[in-house]
Amino acid sequence: MHFDLPTIWAFVIGFGLMMYVFLDGFDLGIGLLFPFIKDKHERDIMVNSVAPVWDGNETWLVLGGAGLLAAFPVAYSVILSALYGPILLMLFGLILRGVAFEFRFKATESHRPMWDKLFFVGSLMATFAQGVAMGAVILGFQVKNFEFAGGGLDWLSPFSLFTGFSLLFAYGLLGVTWLVIKTEHGLQKKMRSLIKPLTLLLSACMFIISIYTPMVNESVRDLWFNLSNIIYLVPLPIFTATFALLLMGAAHSKDEYRAFICTLCMLFLGYLGLCVSLWPNIIPPSITIYQAAAPTSSLKFTLVGVVFIVPVILIYTFWSYRVFRGKVVDTDGYH
Amino acid sequence: MIDLNAIDLARIQFAFTISFHIIFPAITIGLASYLAVLEGLWLYTRKPIYMTLCRFWMKIFAVNFAMGVVSGIVMAYQFGTNWSQFSNFAGSITGPLLSYEVMTAFFLEAGFLGVMLFGWKKVGEKLHFTSTILVAIGTLISMTWILASNSWMQTPQGYDIVDGRVVPVDWFEIIFNPSFPYRLVHMGLAAFLATALLVGASGAFHLLKGSHTQVAKKMLSMAMWMLLISAPLQVMVGDQHGLNTLEHQPIKVAAMEGHWHQAEKGEGVPLVLFGWPNMEKERNDFAIEIPNVASLILTHSLDGDIPPLTSVPPEDRPYVPVVFFSFRIMVALGILMIVLAVTALILRKKGKIYERKWFLRFCVAMGPSGLIAMLTGWVVTETGRQPWVVYGLQRTVNAGSPNSITAMSISLLIFVLVYVCVFGVGVRYMLALISKGPADDYSLEDDEHLNKRPARPLSAADGVEI
Repeated sequence: MHFDLPTIWAFVIGFGLMMYVFLDGFDLGIGLLFPFIKDKHERDIMVNSVAPVWDGNETWLVLGGAGLLAAFPVAYSVILSALYGPILLMLFGLILRGVAFEFRFKATESHRPMWDKLFFVGSLMATFAQGVAMGAVILGFQVKNFEFAGGGLDWLSPFSLFTGFSLLFAYGLLGVTWLVIKTEHGLQKKMRSLIKPLTLLLSACMFIISIYTPMVNESVRDLWFNLSNIIYLVPLPIFTATFALLLMGAAHSKDEYRAFICTLCMLFLGYLGLCVSLWPNIIPPSITIYQAAAPTSSLKFTLVGVVFIVPVILIYTFWSYRVFRGKVVDTDGYH
Repeated sequence: MIDLNAIDLARIQFAFTISFHIIFPAITIGLASYLAVLEGLWLYTRKPIYMTLCRFWMKIFAVNFAMGVVSGIVMAYQFGTNWSQFSNFAGSITGPLLSYEVMTAFFLEAGFLGVMLFGWKKVGEKLHFTSTILVAIGTLISMTWILASNSWMQTPQGYDIVDGRVVPVDWFEIIFNPSFPYRLVHMGLAAFLATALLVGASGAFHLLKGSHTQVAKKMLSMAMWMLLISAPLQVMVGDQHGLNTLEHQPIKVAAMEGHWHQAEKGEGVPLVLFGWPNMEKERNDFAIEIPNVASLILTHSLDGDIPPLTSVPPEDRPYVPVVFFSFRIMVALGILMIVLAVTALILRKKGKIYERKWFLRFCVAMGPSGLIAMLTGWVVTETGRQPWVVYGLQRTVNAGSPNSITAMSISLLIFVLVYVCVFGVGVRYMLALISKGPADDYSLEDDEHLNKRPARPLSAADGVEI
């Protein structure tokens, strides 16, 4: 592997997508947890724990979309038109929850349950759609002459529905462990008790995806079931399993950050495994980052902006999490 | 029954979502500069009224900004979901320009928006003022990238075509393409005008109600000065923009003018005041014309000729009625704006500007006119460049995604439903904030709100329930 422009850009996009999954993951997760928490005061605390940061989290999604168009226009056009259904479901979900998020604080008491419901439904739609999209990408798309040549419902398969449900557990777990850090007393206790079952469910999902992927994707099979590679690759599943065990152990740990960090590590390893499996393809099963890349002049021109601006966004993100660290004790921090 | 295919539905969807979206950034651009002016005036004069106004419009700015962000996410993905052939063909140029727009917007939000909205008591006055100015500049830079991208699609240059795809060759030429400077200034002024008209209408509204009189007078007065300067300036810029279009996209101008056939030598082109462009018969029905005036406007001579619609085959012409009527609505509203500005000046001289009820009602009625003029202007330029999506390079019919009519119909329906509900609530909330008006004896020291932890743009707005 040498560091040419398409490779650098693949890392940029991959990094942006990972930031999105980690950051928006836990605030979507909070929406997913709403049905388990009925108390109005506790719901306020949950939402307040992400209020200062949630829209910053979504910026990574827009940046990812625009960046993908700039750097890999072929991938952008093929993947987005192939994933028409899930992408629209995700966008509608994000709009609904974004607006519900803001307006539930400003609503009169009688309207509040409606905004709360929309907040949950929107989070559910967005998460499920992203999971379905992930599954569909793993299975790959029919491409002819660098254009999507399949049907409008090609994204729909038992596997993609399964990955859709899997992501619900992943984001739910991120939300739960985030709230362990941000809350106390009864709410924290409830969150702690959710860690074990969610970890088991997520581990089972990741296990099934890892077994199924090489079965349906030939290049993944060749990569993983090859003696010269396996030494380098085998740590991935071993570490993932280790973090899953650590996470269950951390459910009642005094160190409140431990569970969240374990979840991040577990998901990071899963994401890494996925990226390694697909590399160097950007549109599975056969189009590589080099074939999908924009001309050199586009890659260079945009990279200049990325080099200057992305670090600033990162510093700001870090800073705002620092400013808002600590427990959310009351609800008057917002609205 | 109108027979719509998937491409038509994709066009309607794009037109609908972008029209909804553009309203919010336009107000963001205008209000950001207005806020910078208000804060500057406050620092200079120390009159509390400027601070009251600044804090009041900042709340509305915050709500509006949030709407812009939410509706903008859709735009970042629509080029792929609905226009994959276009993205594939020209993404190497529009992609980087859009990326820069997104990065500028986030840079701005990351750095200065938070300080502007929540930093009143946390940073010094000068630093706060600097942040407000930088937010204003940031919105203008953001607009610049979008207009560079759009203008390149109208008047492309600085590229090569390799293997059926656009390859950027010279980024300076791409960004500073021939129609870019005109479009940029025209849109910038449109944003300022639209905002001034909204501010003026808000002031007039409160004067009619008899509430917040002092603040309302200041709003109305500032808005009318702004209008008096910008509206005539916009006419001149629009004229120049039109001449530029005549040079690079003559058929668009022919559609705007309803000019079908080559004029006889020395006859000149008439100005069609009204008519119904008939695409089949290639003429205007029921036309009322003033001889030679279109020649005068477009060529600055009485008998100058411009290329007519029939100089290109029918398949290379835009759908004329839409261009023709949108253009007339825009121009008519522009004239009304000048009438409003001049009336305000006359009444001001007589000292009656805050008293004449009919004038105040006129101001309120003109509140949305800036936004309507801006939207119809965009309809003129976007419909007028059809059948091309990238002018002369790619036709709109060849730019779509392979989506079925069913998929497109369902998604369009949901878009309309979701947007009307969601942004309807947002707009209603902004109007409620406006009609509640500012706090009369506002002072920074007493603002409890600012002692709380800063959070999200929308949390800068409070005091009104939905």
